[in-house]
Parts: sequence; C-alpha cells; structure tokens
Amino acid sequence: MDKLIHDFSWGLFFWQAIILLVIIFLLGKFAWKPIVNALEAREEGIADALAAAENAKRELTNLKADNEKLLAEARAERDVMLKEAREMKDKMIAEAKEEAQAAGAQMIAQAQATIQSEKNAAVADIKNQVSTLSIDIAEKLLKGQLADKQAQEQLVGSLLNDIKLN
Amino acid sequence: MVTIKKSLQLLTAALFALMPLVSSAETPVVSAHDSLQTVTTETAHEVHAEGQHAEETDKEFVHNFTQHHLMDDHFYSFYADKEAHRHYGFALPVILIDNGLKVFMSSEDFVYNGKVVEKDGQHYKYHHGKIYKTNAEGDLKLDEHHHPTVEKPFDASITKNVAGLLLATILLFLGFTALARTYKSSPNNLPKGLGRALEPLVIYVRDEMARPNIGDKKYKKYMPYLLSVFFLIFLLNLLGLTPLGLNVTGNISVTVCLAIFTFLYVNFSGNADYWKHIFWMPGVPVPMKIVLMPIEILGMFTKPFSLLIRLFANITAGHSVVMGLIAVAFLMKETLSTPGAVGVSFLLTTFLTVLEILVAFLQAFIFTMLSSLFIGSAVQEHDHH
Repeated sequence: MDKLIHDFSWGLFFWQAIILLVIIFLLGKFAWKPIVNALEAREEGIADALAAAENAKRELTNLKADNEKLLAEARAERDVMLKEAREMKDKMIAEAKEEAQAAGAQMIAQAQATIQSEKNAAVADIKNQVSTLSIDIAEKLLKGQLADKQAQEQLVGSLLNDIKLN
Repeated sequence: MVTIKKSLQLLTAALFALMPLVSSAETPVVSAHDSLQTVTTETAHEVHAEGQHAEETDKEFVHNFTQHHLMDDHFYSFYADKEAHRHYGFALPVILIDNGLKVFMSSEDFVYNGKVVEKDGQHYKYHHGKIYKTNAEGDLKLDEHHHPTVEKPFDASITKNVAGLLLATILLFLGFTALARTYKSSPNNLPKGLGRALEPLVIYVRDEMARPNIGDKKYKKYMPYLLSVFFLIFLLNLLGLTPLGLNVTGNISVTVCLAIFTFLYVNFSGNADYWKHIFWMPGVPVPMKIVLMPIEILGMFTKPFSLLIRLFANITAGHSVVMGLIAVAFLMKETLSTPGAVGVSFLLTTFLTVLEILVAFLQAFIFTMLSSLFIGSAVQEHDHH
C-alpha cells in the first residue's frame, strides 16, 4: 500500500484527467455522437426497409389472392355462360326440330287432304264420264236396237222387269 | 452472472481487508529468515562467492528491470545496457510547477545517474521516480527510512505514460474520426479498413453495456464517456503488449483518475431515488435504515475503488508475469541450456501474451460494463416499490 501511495503521481493523474476530458468532449463531438447517431439512423432505416418489404410481401400475397379469386370468378362465369349457350343451342335445335316436324306434318296433312280431294274429284269425274259414256253407249245401243218396233217393246218390257226387280 | 460477480467482488474485498494483516505478519518472518541465512551462509558464502554473486545480480536485475518497467519514467528507454550502464531511448520534457513553470528536457544522466539539473537558479534531483528540489550538491536529506525530506515540486512532466496516453489519444482520434467520416454522406455507408473492426465494437459497447444497464431512454447521454473509457483502456492495454514498453493502465494514478470519473458520472447523474436508497433505504424498518446508511455510503466509494484496483492489479500482474517469463530465457540458461531456456521462455511468453490480449479486452469490458452498471443503478426509476 505504501508503495502504491508512493507510486501515485499527481502529474500523471492531472494529464490523465485532461486527456480523458479531451477525449470525452472532442471525440464526443467529432466521433461518438456522429457514429452513434449514424448507427441508430442506419438501424432505423433497416427496420423501416424490413417493415416495408414485409408490407409489400403481404400486399403481394393479398393481390395474388385477389387475382386468384378474380380468375376463379371469371372461370365460373365462363362456365355458366358456356352452359347457358349450350342449353340455348339445344333448346333452339329442339324447337327447330319441333317446328319442322309440325310443319312437315301439316304439309303432309295438307297434301293428303289435297290428294284426297283430287282423288274424289277424279273419281267423281270418272263417274260422270263413265255415266256419260254408258248413257252414250246405251243411247247408241238403244238407237241401234230400237230401230224396229218389236225391239223397242222388248226393251221396255225388260226395263220394266228391272224396275220390278228393284 | 450477477451473483457470481457480486461474490467475486465480495471475495476481492475480503482479500483486500485481510491483506494488511498478512503483509504485516510476513515482514518479520522474512527479515528473520534473511538474518538467519546471512548468519548460516556466511562461511559457505566465500566458497560459492563467484557464482552466487553473479546469480544474485541476475535475479536482482530482472526484479529491478520488471519493477522499473511497471513504473512511470521520465526517460523513454527502449533498451538498457547493464554493463555499460547506458540506456537507449529518447528524452522526455520535464514540466515542473515551482514558482512558475520550469520546463527542461530530461536526460539519461538526470534520470539514471543522479545528475543534478539547474534551472532558473533552482536545482532538481531525480530519486526513485520522483523529482526533488535540492541544493546545488543534490542533497536529498534522506531520513532513517531512506526517504527524502526535501520539497517536491508539482511534476506535470510528459512522462513515458503521458507520452503513451498522447499516442493513444492520437490513435483514437485518427481511428474514430475516420469512422465518423464514413457516415457523413449517408448512415448506410459501410466502413472500410479499420472502421470495419471498430464499428462492431461501438455497437458492442452500446448493445451489451450501455443499453441493458442504463436503459433505452437514458443510455445515449453516457455513450461518449463509456465509449471513450472502453476504447482508451482497450487501446492502452494493447499498447502495453507491444514492444513500446508502456504500462499505462497498470499505473495507479491512471486507474484512480478513471475510477474518479466513473464516481463523478454516477453521483452527478444520481436521481432522488438513488440518494434515497443510500441515505434512507425505503421498504425496511427504521433501525435497518440507520444501519444501512453507512454501508451504502461506503458502497458509493468501494464501487469505483474496486474498478481502479481491478484494472491496476490485472494489468500489473499481466506485465509482471510476462516480464518474468521473458527473464526465464536468461535465468534458466544454465539448467536448461541456452536453446532450452529460450524455447521454454518463448512458448510460455507467447501463451501468456495471447492470454493478455484476452485480458486487455476483458478489463476494458469489465471497467466499462461496471461503470454503465453503476450509472444505470443511479439513473433507473424504481417503480417496483
């Protein structure tokens, strides 16, 4: 302890105090403060950048989800539209078919009716012509046969027989 | 961690308390042993006179050389030639405050050969590291304990340690103003070269010492002090390991000054709570308050005292052991042969120097850490009562 007290030098103590004060104040002004502030600013900057990146990432994820949702919606809409179109097509085809069938049937019916009436008319015509012909034939026959009186009487008699038969 | 530190501090304190008892008990034993030896070996002495004498002087030389290295000096000596009594180095300015400023360059003769220097009609003589004011013959008027009784002027010389301090200051300024400049244009600039090593240390001081101990709100105010002390001690410790032969942080005046600064910082930033905990401890009965008061007041002084002793003792011990191990190369020459002694000395010294680099960092860390802890305890808000 005596040695320590003997070794203690006020001169060195004085210089150490002066130098330490100089270091604290001058380095404080020119080095410590700028360094500490810069480090803090940098760390804040890094923290901000990280937060911004995190935000951007989250936004991107949101955007992606949105996009996917939109895409899914569009796809669903397309499917619906396609389905509708298909249905419409089927319906139209069915309708057209029905219409065509109806029209065909109608035409057939009409044709049949026409054929029938034509047939009737033709039959009637044939009947008329046959009757005319038969009358003509009969006239001619009668004219031929009824040239003498006897034949005439005979005919009348047969005709009368016929009537009786009826 | 804290409990270990506390118990270590307690142990150190206990050892220091016991030290005077041990040392006073040892002294008579040693002197008795010495006298016994002189009596018994008186006859044998003549036989081994030559060899014993040479060995004694070698050991003495190593001891004196180590002691001399640990002390401050007014002459920066790099190398001493024992036979020629010559010291090679350079002279440092002596600044005395004695009825005005007396400035002169020291010299080898003044410091090592007891030459009396005359300046403005005053005579000065160098004796065991101190400068005394004497008459023209250089009479120190030694008392019976060989202590000079003549007056000592205030010695503000640029001694070896002051030169070392100045060197460290210049290095700190160069290093850290350069680091500060890199951030000038943008804080995002990354430092280059030495700054790349300094920046993590600054962050280390901030994040491991200042912030956790003082608190996020108040730490910034103390950063200049903590950074200054950390880097000054660290650099001085490292300079002490270079062949410059400096031992600044192993000097009691330097550590006392550093500890006083911490003491002032702690007590000038102490808030009402801090003083209340010292003088009137809250939460304990009144008799305990009275008992605790002197203990706490003592604690105010023991905290920085432990700082100054720890730093001083660690660095002094480190330097002593390194010097001792270097001396192995010279002292063990006969028993181990020259290459053996040099090899052993080299290995041990290298190992210990590596250890000392760790100690250099550790002591700077502990001093700064505990300073910030003490400051933290003085400024923190005790809202848990």
